[in-house]
Amino acid sequence: MTITIEDLSYAYPNQEPIIGIDHWHIDQGEQLFLYGPSGCGKSTLLNLMAGMLSIRQGQIKILETSLKGLSRHQRDQFRAKNIGYVFQQFNLIPYLSALDNIQLACYFSKRSDAVDDRIHTLLNQLHIQSNDWRKPVANLSIGQQQRIAIARALINQPSVLIADEPTSSLDRANRDNFMRVLMETSEQANTTLIFVSHDPDLENYFNRSIDFTQLNHKYSCV
Amino acid sequence: MFIRLALKSLFNRKGSVVLTIMAILVSTFVLLGVEHIRHQAKNSFSNTVSGVDLIVGARTGSLNLLLYSVFKLGNPTNNINWDSYQAITQDQSIRWSAPFSLGDSHRGYRVMGTDQSYFQYFSYGEKTPLAFSQGQTFDNIFDVVLGYEVAQQLNYQLGDQLVIAHGMGDTSFKQHDTTPFTVTGILAATGTPVDQTLHVSLAGIEAMHRSPRQQQEILRRIARGDQDIATSLIPTSITGFLVGLESRLRIFNVQRQINNSSLEPMTAILPGVALAELWDMMGMMENILRLISLLVLTAALLGLSAMLLTSVRERRQEINLLRSIGASPGFLFCLIELEAVLISAVSLLLGASLLFAVLNASQSFLASEYGLFISTDIWTQSNMLLALVLLFATALAAIIPSLAAYRRGQAAQVSH
Repeated sequence: MTITIEDLSYAYPNQEPIIGIDHWHIDQGEQLFLYGPSGCGKSTLLNLMAGMLSIRQGQIKILETSLKGLSRHQRDQFRAKNIGYVFQQFNLIPYLSALDNIQLACYFSKRSDAVDDRIHTLLNQLHIQSNDWRKPVANLSIGQQQRIAIARALINQPSVLIADEPTSSLDRANRDNFMRVLMETSEQANTTLIFVSHDPDLENYFNRSIDFTQLNHKYSCV
Repeated sequence: MFIRLALKSLFNRKGSVVLTIMAILVSTFVLLGVEHIRHQAKNSFSNTVSGVDLIVGARTGSLNLLLYSVFKLGNPTNNINWDSYQAITQDQSIRWSAPFSLGDSHRGYRVMGTDQSYFQYFSYGEKTPLAFSQGQTFDNIFDVVLGYEVAQQLNYQLGDQLVIAHGMGDTSFKQHDTTPFTVTGILAATGTPVDQTLHVSLAGIEAMHRSPRQQQEILRRIARGDQDIATSLIPTSITGFLVGLESRLRIFNVQRQINNSSLEPMTAILPGVALAELWDMMGMMENILRLISLLVLTAALLGLSAMLLTSVRERRQEINLLRSIGASPGFLFCLIELEAVLISAVSLLLGASLLFAVLNASQSFLASEYGLFISTDIWTQSNMLLALVLLFATALAAIIPSLAAYRRGQAAQVSH
């Protein structure tokens, strides 16, 4: 099992609890579609899994590591090595090239094993033309940028890839293209994929989908 | 990768970065320039006289004596007798002495009566003796040796004749026009008040102050080729004299002897000590200059800090992204610090290069017009230290934006 959540509860300071999950696990290599309306705590859960927020009650284990037992700094390192992220937008430092952006991710994970080769393979796999590799990514199209973001997220061979509404700024053609390469590459890397979206069209790509409002018993939207 | 990120990020914000660099460039230029020129001025100041162990004049304050004897500023209070001079220089420990008489001028430049030993022994800078760029020392009573600047400014050549005026000032009522002097030598530039001085023999000074009838007699005797003429023109008094000792160990003994002399009230000073005292008096000016350049620098660094603080605000998304790929808040702190130090380092290099270029361009002009010799070697130890202090101050000023980045990093979340 890649991710195990036990008795997790979280509240922002001076607020009602927003997350309450008794038990949830995700298997290694699973591709999961997570949906639910905004404000239901999805982002909070992602921040907890990424180690951006400190867990106060309950437990999140990724691989065999309990996030609760790690210091802030250890969580930063853990995130660099084990969790890949693709967001809706601003996935890349705009003034750096695709290569620099990906190398930056390697810099934080402190891995250096044959990085250049893997970067080139990934970029080719994601259909990024090699003459675009050295341009500042701000000069590339949104579709290209989102695909480079996949490469950036996967370069450290993370055990978990979290995609948070990565297609919402893409048009239909680009979206389908993006989904195809995302599913392919994450499957090849045997990475657990958690895909968050409220676009029901995308559910077809996944074999398992979860309604977050069912999972999170603290959800109390009317 | 760290430095690459900082560089590219700065390059991405060219406009504000270039303006900030210019602000710091100007302030480092001013700061380094002031420090350098101050240093050089102090050097050239304390180099005005060297190799002279004591300066002796009538009883007066040491600064006054220094000012009129070396810098040709102000006026001597009194003279000392020729006999006293003769008596004191009998001392075994005195190797050489050079008498001098002041009080006359030529078109605003001072005239000093002295003898051959002045040219032989007086030195400046690192014991550099006086050298002639043209001609030679005075042989005759009415010969004059010009300082470099006098010759340049008044456009005198060897063999030209000039008339000396009594007293100071450009327009004197009394010109010694019956006794014109002939230029026999022009000294090489020294960067000291020597450049602004006309040198004549003591006999020449004596001769031009005689009555018109006696002057005609003197001129007649010169025309006849009378060799004894000079001995009949020994002055009764002089303004003072310079002394060089056999051994510098005796310096304080000789000074005390002169100061306590029963012949007449006299003051002997050590030029080095008096120069240091005088420089101390100018310390106020020096400190004000320093203060101004420090204030300019502070303003520039605060500007840098403000620019970076704004950039931290603008880069909220970038910070979120960096955090999500594993950057710690400490990394963000260091990133902003590095950007600040890079900006400062570039400004420092440009500022120093600009100063170097300006000094190079103006060096010959300053030397010829003002007799100022400014070295272009700005990388002295003290300026290196100043550069380090500047970088340190930058890091200090950048703490505010860096801390802002740190805080923002702490609060960052992975989804936006």
